[in-house]
Amino acid sequence: MEEKSIFSVISPIMAGPSSSHTAGAVRLGLMARNIYNNEFKKVKFVLYNSFATTGFGHGTDKGLLAGVLGYSVDNSSIKNIFKEVNGVEYSYDYVQDISRHPNSVDIIFDNCMTISGDSIGAGEIRINKINGFDSNINGKYDTLMLMYKDKPGMISHVSEIIQIEGVNIASLHCDRASKGGQATMYIALDLPIDIGVVEKVKQIEDVFFVTYIRKLK
Amino acid sequence: MNILSFDDLLKLCEKENKSIYEIAQENEANMAECSVSKVRFKTFENLKAMKDAVKNGLKSNEKSISNWCGDDCDRVQKSFQNRDSLFGKVFENIIVYSLATAEENLRMGRIVACPTAGSCGIVPSVIISVSEEKNISEEIQIDALITAGIIGLIISNKVQLAGAVAGCQAECGVASAMAAGSVVQMLGGTPKQIIEAVTLALKNILGLTCDPVCGLVEVPCIKRNSFLGVHAVTAAELALSGVKSKIPADEVVDTLKITGQLMSPLLKETAQGGLSKTKTAIELENKLFKNN
Repeated sequence: MEEKSIFSVISPIMAGPSSSHTAGAVRLGLMARNIYNNEFKKVKFVLYNSFATTGFGHGTDKGLLAGVLGYSVDNSSIKNIFKEVNGVEYSYDYVQDISRHPNSVDIIFDNCMTISGDSIGAGEIRINKINGFDSNINGKYDTLMLMYKDKPGMISHVSEIIQIEGVNIASLHCDRASKGGQATMYIALDLPIDIGVVEKVKQIEDVFFVTYIRKLK
Repeated sequence: MNILSFDDLLKLCEKENKSIYEIAQENEANMAECSVSKVRFKTFENLKAMKDAVKNGLKSNEKSISNWCGDDCDRVQKSFQNRDSLFGKVFENIIVYSLATAEENLRMGRIVACPTAGSCGIVPSVIISVSEEKNISEEIQIDALITAGIIGLIISNKVQLAGAVAGCQAECGVASAMAAGSVVQMLGGTPKQIIEAVTLALKNILGLTCDPVCGLVEVPCIKRNSFLGVHAVTAAELALSGVKSKIPADEVVDTLKITGQLMSPLLKETAQGGLSKTKTAIELENKLFKNN
């Protein structure tokens, strides 16, 4: 079990009214923004279960949008976000699905990347899926994510590049669609890495997408 | 080290002859790879944000978007200017400060989730009121808040602190247990007494559902912050007097978790049961959606 901080219980300092439904929503949005890491014109949110039924009352819709636009959780302008948003098209869907966590969302950027996450209480979040692949990102670590063709030696290629930088790997998680098919790798890091490392990883043969996901503040 | 139970915590305190907050701050510093003074400073920043939220809340009577709530703190403050409460100053202030914070929260103002935003008024109102009454220094208030933190942390290792997962037990209920422990710490109680206060407070909130009207953190959440602030002091007074729970802390936490699992999803922050489905709540809901 991962060790937790007393500041996961006391905090965040945040704009109300709900840590799971407002602050958690902002953080899910911020995390999705970090993962997509691109300008976007269009964003769609699919809210599940309690997020869907009580989201309006908790400002979940406002929080998610504020998050993808980069607002911090204690920004008191979140309540006016619909007036402040400029040039981004946004929409919401509301779905009941008991196979999903009670406070769950899909965030879809420009119809090309779907990021699914849960608000697991007290403002804490986790990102479970990116474009259908399992992930386990809680926003506490800088994380290197790559998509590649499944084949032997990929982990060792990547970890060697990171090792040369002297950065310790906190956790490593892989998933694949099929043997030899598309695969994903998530590497949580104890220290930040510089952009040069990301570029080196990009040059590995059969790696077709790399993104460096910064942790949440 | 991951402290997973109150039993572990108490054993550590006894083995090292330390207070709960000392164990907690050293543990936190180790984990975060920082100094104890940095942990205390971070706690101080949270304490300050709590005090700011109370200050802002005391000055405002701005209503929420729903127009249902937001002026009770003002109402109660004015009432206490003209009469004495039955219980005295600490209790008056717990009621006023908890309303101030909870109302600031519903305005989407800046508050500290402790452990959640819906329960944000409980720990601050109790720590501030007791420290004002007893002239307790800021350092000891920080000790108290760290104590509250590890109490919540141990519970959260077993139960996710969200109404959607375990009902209001896991929000205002846990906040009350955290506040109870913090009072015992401020008044110089032993680690054993702190954990007794936690246990007594938790036992008395088992089964508390999360059924807010229209899903807003307003009815019954705001006033519940006041009730459970007072509740925390009751638990602390019992524990400081030497009253003991027959059921130990960790078994009560397990019970809280199981009760949360047994609780119908209709009563876990879905606004589909309980108070939120009363005739009046449905009328309020219809009116609100018509106007928005």
